[in-house]
Amino acid sequence: MLPLSALELEAIQLSLKVAFWAVLVSLPFGIMAAWGLARYNFPGKTLVNGLIHLPIIVPPVVVGYLLLVLLGRRGALGAWLYDTFEISVAFTWKGAAVASAVMAFPLMVRAIRLSLENVDPKLEQAARTLGAKPWYVFVSITLPLTLPGILTGVVLAFARSLGEFGATITFVSNIPGETRTLPLALYTLTQTPDGEGAALRLVVIAIILALGALILSEYLARRVNQRIGGRDNG
Amino acid sequence: MDKTLEITVQHQLGDLQIDASIIAGSGLTAMFGRSGAGKTSLINMIAGLEKPRSGRISICGYCVFDSDADINLAPEQRRIGYVFQEGRLFPHMSVRKNLIYGMNLTPAEQRHQDFLKIVELLDLAPLMERLPGKLSGGEKQRVAIGRALLSSPQMLLMDEPLASLDSMRKGEILDYIERLRDELTLPIIYVSHSLEEVIRLADTLVIIDQGKTVAVGSVEEICSRLDLHPLTGRYEAGAVLQVRIAAQDTDYNLTRLDTAAGPMWVPKIDLPVSSDLRLRIRARDVTLSLDKPENTSILNIFDGIVKNIGESEGNQVDVLIDAGAPVIARITRKSLDKLDLKLGTRVYALIKAAAIDRRNMGLTGKPRLKDQQ
Repeated sequence: MLPLSALELEAIQLSLKVAFWAVLVSLPFGIMAAWGLARYNFPGKTLVNGLIHLPIIVPPVVVGYLLLVLLGRRGALGAWLYDTFEISVAFTWKGAAVASAVMAFPLMVRAIRLSLENVDPKLEQAARTLGAKPWYVFVSITLPLTLPGILTGVVLAFARSLGEFGATITFVSNIPGETRTLPLALYTLTQTPDGEGAALRLVVIAIILALGALILSEYLARRVNQRIGGRDNG
Repeated sequence: MDKTLEITVQHQLGDLQIDASIIAGSGLTAMFGRSGAGKTSLINMIAGLEKPRSGRISICGYCVFDSDADINLAPEQRRIGYVFQEGRLFPHMSVRKNLIYGMNLTPAEQRHQDFLKIVELLDLAPLMERLPGKLSGGEKQRVAIGRALLSSPQMLLMDEPLASLDSMRKGEILDYIERLRDELTLPIIYVSHSLEEVIRLADTLVIIDQGKTVAVGSVEEICSRLDLHPLTGRYEAGAVLQVRIAAQDTDYNLTRLDTAAGPMWVPKIDLPVSSDLRLRIRARDVTLSLDKPENTSILNIFDGIVKNIGESEGNQVDVLIDAGAPVIARITRKSLDKLDLKLGTRVYALIKAAAIDRRNMGLTGKPRLKDQQ
């Protein structure tokens, strides 16, 4: 494979940046949502769970359109954000990150929740009897034992963000250098005459990126599990 | 008696109505009862892991729960150490980190347990860098005990800490618990459904049945109450006496014990002369005779008078004899009638020496208050 072209490099860098920020910003919310769903029963839990999973079920265009209505310059939340903080995410890479984060959120929450449900609350009780306050129990016991799930969630969300297309193009459009991530660049090439060769190169790059993320996650998960050791009979 | 623990609680647990009242002193207090009697619930209430519907709990004079005054301290504020049945070590931390977890959370001025002393007491040094997943059941339980002690608690709670161990490991951990009971001045509440463990370890015995405290008293006192035998387990029931090792007979491999009923020969016990022991003589190992038997293989013959005759159950009945010390015999109803035993009848109690082994004994260590009667 020949060296990457400037356009390819731009698309890759943008995709990585968007995915990175999407995961980083949504992670605390993902952990909180997983915690709430795994540990508490509250009225409307089914509804909340459904809302979180909505992006998996509805067409991505719907999510993109809803984001546009909500966060666009004249949208309910968007107008307020702009008036108060002079922040606007519409038609910027930040908007692309928001779209990616929303689309990847259910995958992240699912992975973390599964792992949280495997943490034995009896260990947390033991920590309390040893003098730990609830927040310290969470930081010293619950979170480290949830690490495999958090890692899986992060990698899944990252990979999902790299591949985000529908919601992104609907919400922030396809602006070169700003919102044209790898999938959007690929789409553009397929719409261009004589673009097949370049499109194929992007396809290979996308596959390499996704596989790389997966292998990294496997490696990390194995290391974490080794550290935790035989957790069957703690 | 120092009141280290006072509980009066009412609680509804499924079908079980808990209505218990316990006062415990220093030393080791055993909560004994069948599984499902509500013992674990009670100990969880002391720890603050379960909240009783109403009542009051105070630990070492410090109120931790009072439904009337709306006091309910969180577990981390109660300064108790809890050793759970399954150890509950933190799987992602080495033994060392498990041990110092609670220690680091205890303010320096409240730490009264020395790390090195506990490590030595429980032989933990070789395990330090290992992860809990790589420990045997007995090792895990030792670490769990150390971890609880190092949080410098006012009181140690143990919920059937031997339940998940095989009998070899049980004996080993019992030795350790005996040691820490005698070397640390820390009140211990020990939940168990094994009379064997209780006799070895406990100073005070609390019998719990169907959520209620049925009896509280010294082990000797409770075990000589015939009416409690259905609860202590008919097969295991028997009188418990305070004894002292008087001499070792190396020729015959026997040990002579001094008891309030006179000298007694038992298979050799590997403990120094003048050690104080608590000894259980199972009722089924005692035979009664109206005449003093001559030319018998039985080494131990005590004479006494019938003090009490228990309720008969099926074909058997328990008879309590006062021979200077209480001795209980389990005989058939047929024998009872044949010998015409009544309160006050003079009898000889024949005790088979071979039936007594280490499992029926507990070291009482240094003299305790109740021994100085």
